[in-house]
Amino acid sequence: MSTAATKIFVPRDSAALAVGADEVAAALLREAAQRGLHVELVRNGSRGLFWLEPLVEVATPAGRIAYGPVAPEDVPALLDAGLLTGAAHALRQGVTEEIPYLARQERLTFARMGITDPLSLADYEAHQGWVGLKRALAMDGAAIVQEVTQAGLRGRGGAAFPAGIKWKTVAQTAAAQKYIVCNADEGDSGTYSDRMTMEGDPFMLIEGMTIAALAVGATRGYIYIRSEYPHAIATMQEAIARATAAGFLGASICGSGHAFHLEVRKGAGSYVCGEETAMLESIEGKRGVVRAKPPLPAIEGLFGQPTVINNVITFASAPIILARGAQFYRDYGVGRSQAGAGPSQAGLTPSGGGAGAARPGGFASGTLPFQLAGNVKQGGLVEKAFGLSLRELLMEFGGGTASGRPIKAVQVGGPLGAYVPESQWDVPLDYEAYAAMGAVLGHGGIVVHDDTADMAKLARYAMEFCAIESCGKCTPCRIGSTRGVEVIARIQADQNREQQVVLLRDLCDTMLHGSLCAMGSMTPYPVLSALNHYPQDFGLAAIPQEA
Amino acid sequence: MTDPLLEVLAAHPARDGALLPILHAVQDRLGHVPPAAVPLIAEHLNLSRAEVHGVVSYYHFFRSTPPGRQLLQVCRAEACQSRGAEALLAHAEQRLSCASHATRADGAVTLEPVYCLGLCALSPALQLNDKLHARMTPAKLDALLAKEGL
Repeated sequence: MSTAATKIFVPRDSAALAVGADEVAAALLREAAQRGLHVELVRNGSRGLFWLEPLVEVATPAGRIAYGPVAPEDVPALLDAGLLTGAAHALRQGVTEEIPYLARQERLTFARMGITDPLSLADYEAHQGWVGLKRALAMDGAAIVQEVTQAGLRGRGGAAFPAGIKWKTVAQTAAAQKYIVCNADEGDSGTYSDRMTMEGDPFMLIEGMTIAALAVGATRGYIYIRSEYPHAIATMQEAIARATAAGFLGASICGSGHAFHLEVRKGAGSYVCGEETAMLESIEGKRGVVRAKPPLPAIEGLFGQPTVINNVITFASAPIILARGAQFYRDYGVGRSQAGAGPSQAGLTPSGGGAGAARPGGFASGTLPFQLAGNVKQGGLVEKAFGLSLRELLMEFGGGTASGRPIKAVQVGGPLGAYVPESQWDVPLDYEAYAAMGAVLGHGGIVVHDDTADMAKLARYAMEFCAIESCGKCTPCRIGSTRGVEVIARIQADQNREQQVVLLRDLCDTMLHGSLCAMGSMTPYPVLSALNHYPQDFGLAAIPQEA
Repeated sequence: MTDPLLEVLAAHPARDGALLPILHAVQDRLGHVPPAAVPLIAEHLNLSRAEVHGVVSYYHFFRSTPPGRQLLQVCRAEACQSRGAEALLAHAEQRLSCASHATRADGAVTLEPVYCLGLCALSPALQLNDKLHARMTPAKLDALLAKEGL
């Protein structure tokens, strides 16, 4: 008589691996074998509760029970305590789904994350996989575009452009060859939602890109992944091979006669290749130099052909929109609570071009996976509808700093995002509200700094990073960034400080208005926000205490 | 005896956008992209040598000289800075007697700053050879390096 094996989950996400998940998995197998215990080890994606990684879960009749953070040396004691039955232990976190950090989220795009084996097609299908694609296969391209437009989906890479409009432009541009390109060059410090998606739920991205291909009539697609993400590259390549073998990609998607061939392209350590036209140059095998626009990539993109370019999370949002309908997705977001709108009320304008962007009051549909990072006690992924405040994220989810010191500054939206001081933490997190205060949501990265941070040093670093990563095509970015490093150094050294501050503001104005892309035009965001909110770090008079 | 470069070129026909995949394959095989490979790659793709050199030199990832026997990459982006990345990098320089962006004279190790490994919730992070490490401290780094004989 043999007892059934108990399922144990140990994540294979890069971040879990970086804190010893492989060693924990090996210890579990070894110790279980020594004790004659039957276990089935699943290497799942991460739940995104990174302060608890490596997070080990055990399937029990009461649901999955979480233990973390688990070190390899904890494993014998955990097994002795009754890990396999979900028994008590100092590291026991309870039923995973009931951990408040997770229970309080609205996980749409990340609904499967950490639950499934990322490379199991059976798991994917058992958890609503391919439902959106199958519905899309029964629709014509224009109807798919209409669904995405009505959902109000806006680009999640940072620019927040309505995805439906982009898709419509490509669909309406005649060409023998069209392309779908996924921008997975997630270079912003403080962001990892693309990486988690590719490592933890790769079929969702494949499904989303395939839906886009059907919508616009494209037959080839590329996923451009940064070289710093070797695990994401390997997982995506394997997922593409499996999806192709199973008929979800290739010459005839699900036997429909529609072709879509997908390929991973590996970046090479250039941050600016996250800018869409530089990325196209890179895929074409050239230096990643930004192109002037127009022409728009939707009309003349990759190899001069019409190209849909979206971020990982944008494409990954398409399956649920198609599976559950535009209205379901649209009901999440800032507009819902403001308008008090029920499912039947929110205006579905049939000709609703610009659905998301044109909304009064800054409507932002759906959810955004916020990524808490840096000096934060409970760092992790928080998928919520737009409209919660930074304070809620920092305090209720993040639990304050990891160092235990007061938070001084929070950079929202990556290295080109502004430093947000406490006086602005109650502003709702949505695109328009942030734009109104000279900040950006970007890709949803949130990096916390405690009161030991030197904001002048961080401002100088922002200029230094721009100098390192500038593609060199336009002068304000190429030269301005180097001059910016020098000017801030002189401010720090108190050489004609007052005049240098005037110079720095003038330089930022030139970069802001004269650069070809966001690299140069947004580097002033962190610099000026640091200068404006923390003048004392630049040797200037402190601003009076804010109420 | 076969030339790894010729093997790479044979495996990568001259199709659209083949240059980066070829450079990656060459660096995977040889550890770097030797300047002597540039004319051969250029001829294979019907590009000028200047175009190929331009691409090799543009991207931070590609190197024209061999790296050390081991490679330590320390992240110095903001999320890691907020948890002591600058001190960690300075410690690595001192511990290894090797400046950033440099290879130690004995060829044992190359030290490079990197800008984001995507482990920002568990900062500071670094990569030693093929393995990622997060929640780093100078003491933990010392232990890792000692294990690798550095």
